[in-house]
Amino acid sequence: MNPFSMGTSLRDMIRAIRACKTAAEERAVVRKECASIRDAINENDPDYRHRNIAKLMFIHMLGYPTHFGQMECLKLIASPGFPEKRIGYLGLMLLLDERQEVLMLVTNSLKQDLNHTNQYIVGLALCALGNICSAEMARDLAPEVERLMQFRDPNIRKKAALCSIRIIKKVPDLAENFVNPAASLLREKHHGVLISGVQLCTELCKVNSDALEYFRKKCTEGVVKTLKDLANSPYAPEYDIAGITDPFLHIRLVKLLRVLGEGDADASDSMNDILAQVATKTESNKVAGNAILYECVQTIMSIEDNGGLRVLAINILGKFLSNRDNNIRYVALNMLMKAVIVDAQAVQRHRATILECVKDADASIRKRALDLVYVLVNESNVKPLTKELIDYLEVSDQDFKGDLTAKICSIVAKFSPEKIWYIDQMLKVLSEAGNFVKDETWHAFIVVISNASELQGYTVRALYKAIQTSTGQESFVRVAVWCIGEYGEMLVNNIGMLDIEDPITVTESDAVDVVETTIKCHSLDLTTKAMALVALLKLSSRFPSCSERIKEIIIQYKGNFVLELQQRSLEFNSIIAKHQNIRSALVERMPVLDEATFVGRRAGSLTDTASTPARPSVNLPNGVSKPSASPLVDLLDLSSDDAPAPSSSGSDILQDLLGVDLSPASQQSGAGHAPKSGTDALLDLLSIGSPTAQSSPSTIDMLSSSMNGKTPVSPLDDLSSLSLSARATSNAGAAPVMDLLDGFASNPPKHEDKGPEYPSITAHESSSLRMTFSFSKQPENPQTTVIQATFTNLSSNAYTDFVFQAAVPKFLQLHLEPASGNTLPASGNGSITQSMRVTNSQHGKKSLVMRLRIAYKVDGQAKLEEGQISNFPRGL
Amino acid sequence: MGIRFVLMVNKQGQTRLAQYYEYLTIEERRALEGEIVRKCLARTEQQCSFVEHRNYKIVYRRYASLFFLVGVDDDENELAILEFIHLLVETMDRHFGNVCELDIMFHLEKAHFMLEEMVMNGCVVETSKSNILTPIQLMDKAS
Repeated sequence: MNPFSMGTSLRDMIRAIRACKTAAEERAVVRKECASIRDAINENDPDYRHRNIAKLMFIHMLGYPTHFGQMECLKLIASPGFPEKRIGYLGLMLLLDERQEVLMLVTNSLKQDLNHTNQYIVGLALCALGNICSAEMARDLAPEVERLMQFRDPNIRKKAALCSIRIIKKVPDLAENFVNPAASLLREKHHGVLISGVQLCTELCKVNSDALEYFRKKCTEGVVKTLKDLANSPYAPEYDIAGITDPFLHIRLVKLLRVLGEGDADASDSMNDILAQVATKTESNKVAGNAILYECVQTIMSIEDNGGLRVLAINILGKFLSNRDNNIRYVALNMLMKAVIVDAQAVQRHRATILECVKDADASIRKRALDLVYVLVNESNVKPLTKELIDYLEVSDQDFKGDLTAKICSIVAKFSPEKIWYIDQMLKVLSEAGNFVKDETWHAFIVVISNASELQGYTVRALYKAIQTSTGQESFVRVAVWCIGEYGEMLVNNIGMLDIEDPITVTESDAVDVVETTIKCHSLDLTTKAMALVALLKLSSRFPSCSERIKEIIIQYKGNFVLELQQRSLEFNSIIAKHQNIRSALVERMPVLDEATFVGRRAGSLTDTASTPARPSVNLPNGVSKPSASPLVDLLDLSSDDAPAPSSSGSDILQDLLGVDLSPASQQSGAGHAPKSGTDALLDLLSIGSPTAQSSPSTIDMLSSSMNGKTPVSPLDDLSSLSLSARATSNAGAAPVMDLLDGFASNPPKHEDKGPEYPSITAHESSSLRMTFSFSKQPENPQTTVIQATFTNLSSNAYTDFVFQAAVPKFLQLHLEPASGNTLPASGNGSITQSMRVTNSQHGKKSLVMRLRIAYKVDGQAKLEEGQISNFPRGL
Repeated sequence: MGIRFVLMVNKQGQTRLAQYYEYLTIEERRALEGEIVRKCLARTEQQCSFVEHRNYKIVYRRYASLFFLVGVDDDENELAILEFIHLLVETMDRHFGNVCELDIMFHLEKAHFMLEEMVMNGCVVETSKSNILTPIQLMDKAS
């Protein structure tokens, strides 16, 4: 025998791995072992086969690839001895999975073993089949399994029953064959067979409504009786757990009753007694008993209404909730969540206890309790609940604050009885945990403030008071700075005093102090500072006495390294210094944004972001602003311009409104540059070319002209578009875009007359790559088109890491299937195909349009190709 | 029944036994095990035995230096799983006599055989210790 193929024993290998001090050492040992196992496999030496598989199982468990051992498992299964088969089947279950084609090779061995004379071998085969069988195997072997359900040995019957569960899950059509054998299993006495049979019946009821009807009619009585016998059975040492006979069987039976009773009054009626008995008699001082009670409560909540039982169930949950054991409390919260749907009133009674659980030390319990509180909130209890939650916000863990803040904000926005209360709560949340408040939340808050003209004075004063003590919370500072800028005169003159307020004395320079502190604070980010500069500009007009001082502050930023601040500083300085006459008109209050529109827009923009990976931040570290890092997102923005109201998505409007829109597109689209900037904006939106590159020339141009003062009107228009007319800004950008989209619709591609068979198109072709699209449609669903994309490599180098991405406007929905591969051989020697599904909600009115981006690597160098496809056949 | 996986992990976080009842690639498994172990091992004795992670609910229990973690579907009875873990440990105790990490390491296949007798395709098959152990003892005698 070849001494090298022998390798070490299993025990030695495990010892060697245990002795490893570092991950690198472990990898080295595993590599060596794998090499010797491969050698042994190549020599086809049967003596050490099962030892090698045992080693591979260990290696697999550690998380190393072991695919090379798969064939060895099959050989072991095919060998005659029991020990070899045993390890072979175990290896099969651990190392293989149903997706591998190797698995098909095992079907025959399984068939033989299912008919073996040795019942242990039959058991092995059943177990393996139950764990890994695929749909094809299920069809091939179902008759054998069905027969084995009547086998004389109970151990085989139970395994056959569980194996059937897998089969009917894979091939639901086969379910009817199993209904009768399954029903007969319910009459068994052997616990193993019974528990398997009950699970099989539950599963059958789920996949087949006929089976459900059958079991409901024929077996409900039987299951009730079995449960009764079990609950009243005398002490059985083999199945006893904490004084209860086989709690697992209890739970499965109760669960089956739930399936049978759901939606059927008669069946529910017949199980009332036994459920009541189990719910009252079961001991609740051990886990096993509580597990049964828990299952029982679930069933009572699900089956048809019986008032008495429901009360019993809610009481059990109340008892659970006051239990000291965290596990029980967790389960109770979980269950109350489901109970809310059937009986919200009963759950409300436990509100105080649930609220206590929100403050628990255990993260799992906290999370459950918070979810529950969230669904319990309504108009009548929102005030006390919010107060509790906000009080807790002050002391909660950092990692819980995010969740908690989001829930509080959502609650106050949804249920606030009056605006002033909403404003108060938001102020508290922002000053306490402003860093956790999402952008859209504080945007919405500002929209509310700008709509509530009678509360603006109150809000700005409250913010002013609060910012004296709380400065670290980014979104809080943003809201405060914005309000002080907008409503500065209300702050100093105590305009719009409410009865509940104490008058405060704030001088004009106090207000400027606050903004100045903000802009000089190092911990705050670019957006906040940019907002502070806008606020200063506004204050310079509202407080003429401070104008000089504000000019001083603004001028300090003319040399700032951050381009955005530098630009603002220069522009604002020139407004203050040279254009006094129009300044007050420039910095008037923002037009009020309609709340309903904003909410609608926001919902729209949320779906936008949902369909793309998280929208990247617009702020780049060097202060150069880009619309976004991914051009795909731009196209989606474009799509929202396509909607009837000619403005951009909600957050964009708001950014305009706040005067913090950092996107060059809107800065360029002033009237003075209208023709050019319109195109630029469009180019940006379609991201043909680099947006930054295009923004700088026009910005410089604009700046220089305003510095020289030669053409005062046009640059000022530019500047005013920054802050004055948000709508005009987005209009200018949107109009040409709409033209373009209309263009897609009205310029029919040439393939128009070729009938319902849609011709394939070459969607994209460059010197290195060709992409063709072929189309198919199902007649019953004309809106949906299945596109098969085929990529061919036209260059002489192979491409690796090939990724295709596509984006569509909002009236389309795109679903990309995984590609057939990610490497593309050179010179057209093969191709990658990828199919996608496009649903056109404007079918018949608009044609498809798509932007694409293809990334790949040539010799390790990343390449990127982008393009737009507008030559889709008409009528897709 | 919706058991999705059974893991045994020592207190250093090394996996000692892993049985999945659904398909995950090796990379996914490593990542999942790492995340779960980090989450569960950081919890204290007083905290509850359930952790939600991705779309799994993990029920775990600690026995000396060994953690037993069972991933289940959302609608599974958590308390029953907790009891099931205990049954698994008692069964192993009966076979190995006060089971420890090394027993499982050096008799990985036996541990798997026991688990196989108890759980099939994520469903509990057998809850009687002697029924579970009979085939294993028979095999021991034969070899």
